[in-house]
Amino acid sequence: MVLEVKKPRPIWEILFSTHHTDIGLLYVYMSITALIIGGSLAMGIRAELFTPGTGDIIPDSNTFNRIFTVHGTNMLFFWLIPFASGIGNYLIPIMVRYKDMAWPKLNAVAFWMLPVAMALVWLGFADTTWNAYPPYSILKAPGPAAEMWIFGLKIAGISSVLGAINFIVTILKMKHPDLPLMKTSLFVWSTLVTSLMIVVAIPTFAAALIMLYTDRLGISGFFNPAMGGDPIAYQHLFWFTFHPEVYIFLIPAVGMLYELIPKFSRKPIFSYQSGVAAFVLLALVGFASWAHHMYSTGMSFTEKTVFMVGTLAAVPASAMHVFNWIATMWGGRIKFAAPMSWAVGGIVLFFYAGAGGIVNTAMPLDFLTHDSYWVVGHFHLFVAGLVTMAFIGFTYYMFPFITGRMYNERQAMIAFWLFFAGLSIVFLTQHILGLYGQPRRVFDYVPVQPLIIMNQIASVGGWMAGAGAGVFLYSIITAAFKGKPANMNDPFAIGEQYYDYTRREPHH
Amino acid sequence: MGHTTVEWVYVGVVVAILCYVGADAWNVERILDITNAPAEAEVIKVTGQQWLWTFEHEDGRKEISELHLVKGKPYRFEVTSLDVIHAFNMPDFTTLIDAVPGRINSVWLVPDQSGEYLIQCREYCGFSHYQMRAKLIVEDHEGGPSVANAAAELPSKGAEAIAS
Repeated sequence: MVLEVKKPRPIWEILFSTHHTDIGLLYVYMSITALIIGGSLAMGIRAELFTPGTGDIIPDSNTFNRIFTVHGTNMLFFWLIPFASGIGNYLIPIMVRYKDMAWPKLNAVAFWMLPVAMALVWLGFADTTWNAYPPYSILKAPGPAAEMWIFGLKIAGISSVLGAINFIVTILKMKHPDLPLMKTSLFVWSTLVTSLMIVVAIPTFAAALIMLYTDRLGISGFFNPAMGGDPIAYQHLFWFTFHPEVYIFLIPAVGMLYELIPKFSRKPIFSYQSGVAAFVLLALVGFASWAHHMYSTGMSFTEKTVFMVGTLAAVPASAMHVFNWIATMWGGRIKFAAPMSWAVGGIVLFFYAGAGGIVNTAMPLDFLTHDSYWVVGHFHLFVAGLVTMAFIGFTYYMFPFITGRMYNERQAMIAFWLFFAGLSIVFLTQHILGLYGQPRRVFDYVPVQPLIIMNQIASVGGWMAGAGAGVFLYSIITAAFKGKPANMNDPFAIGEQYYDYTRREPHH
Repeated sequence: MGHTTVEWVYVGVVVAILCYVGADAWNVERILDITNAPAEAEVIKVTGQQWLWTFEHEDGRKEISELHLVKGKPYRFEVTSLDVIHAFNMPDFTTLIDAVPGRINSVWLVPDQSGEYLIQCREYCGFSHYQMRAKLIVEDHEGGPSVANAAAELPSKGAEAIAS
């Protein structure tokens, strides 16, 4: 049983708690729930695409469209962002040596907005795709699903802005005066940079959502060409938020890897300064590349060139992180315990994802890959590859410190190999599917041979990854209740000093 | 610890690769840009709607869900949409441009191989997006098989979907 829960405290005390560890764990529970239920939607998608033809598993195209829309929205906003907030909530006050977050009540409010948002998205089950491009989303998408999606994302956006403000103030103002910022953990830096990006990026999409809603009501025509509006304007507003958002997903995972890699390599980080510099560089350059998602909307040659250069400029920062990890591992006495395996697997997939990204941004090649399965494979290698694998690795890493129990290493490694091999198979195959011209978001494909076999390989990989996620869930649930008591001084038996993760103020 | 020569060299190599990719992409895209479309290119008006494609040749011939081109002849496609955003895509010729209502986007092509190819929609556009396809027929020379009745004969999957 989880240490935090094991104490004789009634459930409502945990639910109404404003203590940062309670809220952090609530975030983590909610986000792992989202990972599992959102992932099961993906299993359904892969089952439908296993064979050509319609209605194998999913009865009609409309249901299929709703399923991939909710899968995407759910994974991005209720798995990736809340998990990072959860770990941030748990660790940031400990790492900056303060008793709690700067505003504990605001923190609780920010969390409790998320289940509401998630309920709206799931109960609505919209078919707009997670980008909700108008005019489809304003003229054709059936209500009330689309309205519920809009309000769900609105609430999720406000929640993450409130959480981000709390993190920024906690880190910059509540940090212990004896602790300079350049001596804090790189995870603190990653949370700080992410939070600043959220505050800058989210308001644009928040405005676009309101415009989308009034357009749906018919009282405005911002994006409705029949009323003189411009649908492409929405895409600019959308991607101005969501290209930086890609780095918002990425950077907390990078921060977690900076915790894991030196520990299990039994070496200090190769270059702390280079890690900080790469965070800041990525945060700035991340705002200069949004329209690389829009080359095919009829942009001029000059615009395309500008955004290609902006995109390429973000690559060295990511490359610096990878270098830093490799240089840290180089010559270290590495112990491939489960957290380290998940971390290194994530880095391998991150390399593929980055290389594929350079292909996407090279203008002539983008017209080969854009909106094809290549893109699906590419971004999943980021969000399911690096980010999810780092998150799961970090869950295993924090597990003994949070629960006082040890997970089963064998189960964790089975989960790792299934997940890592599964992801490699499904998403690298999807790159090839894209080159054969299969568009994304399709209920069916042309029944010709390379497509059929490639889709079947992809489905098998997808199910392997799903099985891996299932084993992960099983291992943490059983270990939380029945796991062996962990050696709290060195649960991974690597002879290293750990952060005093359990040092925190009493509950209040 | 901190930056060392190795890291600077590594960053330098990465930047050099990126510069090469960027410069080469710039150079190729410059040639492919619509401003370089041959002046004598035949203009074909492409209209997307839920969930079929209509093509109008310069001489007024209209085709639905089927497009006949001639090998080696330059074409300029002027693409728009009647309802939501679609994307006009001929994957075998790497031709892709969004069909946006209220806008006309242009792309050009000289088909260099004859045969039958796929035209498809590549931007999510609702219920029958997955079967919003058309047939591209590239003929070896002008006056191949007649296309006059193509529209009447062709069972368009998109049209079927609307009717059902």
